[in-house]
Amino acid sequence: MAFVAPKETFAGKVFPVTIGTENEQTFGGENTLPFHAFEGEVPNRPLIAYEIQDVPPEDWPETVRKVYDAVGDDPVKWAKFCQDELKAKAIALRLIGTHPDNKDLSADDAAKTVSDVLGAVNVPLIILGSNHVEKDSEVLVKVAEVAKGKNCVIGKAQEANYKTIAAAAMANGHKLIAMSELDINLSKQLNILITQMGFEKERLITDPMCSALGYGLEYTYSVMERIRLAALAQNDPVMQPPMMADVGMYVWKIKETQASEETLPEWGGLEERAIMWEAMTASSLMLSGAEFLVMRHPKAVELVERFVDELMG
Amino acid sequence: MALTGVEIFKLLPKTNCKKCGFPTCLAFAMKLAQRQASLDACPDVSEEAKKILGEASAPPIRPITFGTGDKAVKMGEETVLFRHEKKFVNPTVFALEIKDTEADDVIEAKINDVVTSEINRVGQLLRVDSICITNESGDAGKFAALAEKVAQKAPDVPVIVATESPEAAEAAIKPFSGKNAILYGVTDANADKMVEIAKANKAIVGAKADGLEALSALTEKIKSTGVEDIVMDSGARKASELLEHNTYIRRAALKKSFKPLGYPVINFVQRDDSMFEALIAGLGVTKYASIVVLSSAEKWKNLALFTLRQNIYTDPQVPMQVEQKIYKIGEPTPDSPLIITTNFSLTYFIVSGEVENAKVPAYLAVMDCEGLSVLTAWAAGKFTGSKIANFIKESGIENEINHRELIIPGYVAILSGAIEEKLEGWKVTVGPREANALPAFLRSRAA
Ligand code: B12
Ligand code: SF4
Repeated sequence: MAFVAPKETFAGKVFPVTIGTENEQTFGGENTLPFHAFEGEVPNRPLIAYEIQDVPPEDWPETVRKVYDAVGDDPVKWAKFCQDELKAKAIALRLIGTHPDNKDLSADDAAKTVSDVLGAVNVPLIILGSNHVEKDSEVLVKVAEVAKGKNCVIGKAQEANYKTIAAAAMANGHKLIAMSELDINLSKQLNILITQMGFEKERLITDPMCSALGYGLEYTYSVMERIRLAALAQNDPVMQPPMMADVGMYVWKIKETQASEETLPEWGGLEERAIMWEAMTASSLMLSGAEFLVMRHPKAVELVERFVDELMG
Repeated sequence: MALTGVEIFKLLPKTNCKKCGFPTCLAFAMKLAQRQASLDACPDVSEEAKKILGEASAPPIRPITFGTGDKAVKMGEETVLFRHEKKFVNPTVFALEIKDTEADDVIEAKINDVVTSEINRVGQLLRVDSICITNESGDAGKFAALAEKVAQKAPDVPVIVATESPEAAEAAIKPFSGKNAILYGVTDANADKMVEIAKANKAIVGAKADGLEALSALTEKIKSTGVEDIVMDSGARKASELLEHNTYIRRAALKKSFKPLGYPVINFVQRDDSMFEALIAGLGVTKYASIVVLSSAEKWKNLALFTLRQNIYTDPQVPMQVEQKIYKIGEPTPDSPLIITTNFSLTYFIVSGEVENAKVPAYLAVMDCEGLSVLTAWAAGKFTGSKIANFIKESGIENEINHRELIIPGYVAILSGAIEEKLEGWKVTVGPREANALPAFLRSRAA
């Protein structure tokens, strides 16, 4: 019996999304399963953006916080550090300080931060709210205006607030993240609602919601695989935007990235463990379909970039 | 691929003698196709038909047990390409490579890493399952000495003996004879001698070829000598090749019933950088490797890999759950606090961990909600005021404690009224939302 490679090709294709103006970045665009260049086209690498915040990273665990010790007090310095020292290809600014339980910063405060950061860096910017449904619709509308014409990514639009956020992204020429909670049907429904407003599906990014290794990773992993199969095999256009994994935020809050080796000797060294956790969460989700990731630790980013090199090489 | 009822019917005696318990041979054939009957029920079926039907009904990826005794591990038997379709069956085996050129203390440390690798995560015991000894030196005597040492210090651990030299294989396989070891390094060039050695020592054959065509030819050749248990190395080392080969192998076996590749896969993922190696090993775990061979097994790396394997191999339909009962954390007294949560393993694991951190002895009431998290269980109507009240009453905890106060998760604060209504004489206290706030919360109450 001779071996014949059981290749699979698909009718569907993931939309390529290009962001930024000066140093544009493109992700998505493949017509095959993740990294299956042996049977389809994989024109672009997944894009990893470095996460920064509008307020100092006080609640980030020591292992990652110390990387930004000298710059964390100022989003502009922080952004420049990521661009110039860490060679970030893109920067994701999370306006966590606007959350009512955080500093409750105003939309105007946020707008100023965004315009300062935009003035200081030339890599593409992703602008994320604080995940507070009401506050985000106020803040993200304002910052979308400030960033007009910069071809940013704005997020995240959820079922409860997509109308205002999508309208603002549309009016100011940005891409948009649509987030739902780990359910392929909810994800599809939200994409439909947003496109029914006249927002082009080719400008969307789907966030099916991330989870960290050991804390529900398998749900995100499988929802991503199902969404990707719907895009490729069923050629369902609403499922064809590229997918996002908001890795850093989910990883750097769990115990594995914080507990010391003294308290849990059987878990081994904290530094390696924590970095490993972020890298492994990211690499696994790339294998299930994520092509746009937000991460925090430079060493984890470096490892994952190397992983992509080997997968694409 | 499984045969249809009509195809099976053609192979039966067609006498309709009813000895099988069915009115006609066709009716029996239909049941066989649905796997609701066993061929043994027909006494008159020919040997040839038995062979064809037996092969067609064999699992597309051969089940193989590696090792013997408590530490034996199962491989193969997979049925799907994507885990949402059905549970992945036999979790990837982690093997730590030890070379016969490594210094004695390194060898001892590595054996020790494997023997002490076991940890408990969400109620499961996880460990580095196996040791792969490699004949890096090319010297049969050195290799045999390493084998001897491993057999002695890690007596029950399943072992892979990796060499392409029949002489070295012969020397090193001895201590593992009869223990379902793997003799890896069987190539087209050495197959005759190596297969004999494997057979004589009841070892699984580890076939190694360059590419999938060569590998298919090699497994066929090995099979023709009467060997059934084979694990396969396609020669892939780079991530892109591992993904390609593992995917093609799984698809060929499942979708094309291509028997020559219907065996478990072994991936060698060793890298200079241990963290990077872990990511490549993760590729093996998610993408169809039955065995992943590592060059080191640090505790932090083990934890990440064990966790990934556990995540990928959980049943997508049935969440992992723990037993419903009142767990004692520390040594609680009748005045210790009583905390309630659901029986989703992850929830239990997080909450009990934080209560332990608090160092405040407590009773943790874990209620059966079919393995759902707190909010999911609440949304599904399984974590309600009256159900909680019933559970508390029936648990008998009232006889063990002096007080009548129940601490509930902050996310379901809304339940407090309903519980108080159903649980007469009880007071409900709403705890924090996130479990990591529990230590501070419990300590401030205890103070
Ligand atoms: C994964 C998931 C599922 C999985 C189930 C996983 C499981 N085993 O439970 C699936 C896909 C099956 C599912 C189904 C449903 N889900 Co669901 N699901 C989630 C999701 C994404 C994560 C849940 C999870 O695993 N959390 C992790 C565990 C550890 O959290 P936890 O148990 O709450 O424990 C934490 C705290 O509560 C606290 N804690 C726990 N115990 C205690 C005790 C004390 C004393 C204290 C102080 C603290 C404390 O500690 C933990 C960590 O901090 C959430 C959204 C989200 N991000 O939370 C939605 C969510 C819970 N689901 C939701 C819903 C509505 C449903 C469905 C009813 C409908 C649907 N969407 O399909 C079904 C119901 C299930 C059914 N009928 O069988 C809603 C609930 C809405 C609400 N606020 O009531 C949520 C919030 C999503 C949403 N916003 O829509 N879901
Ligand atoms: S026992 Fe065999 S021959 Fe007789 S009816 Fe059944 S299948 Fe046919």
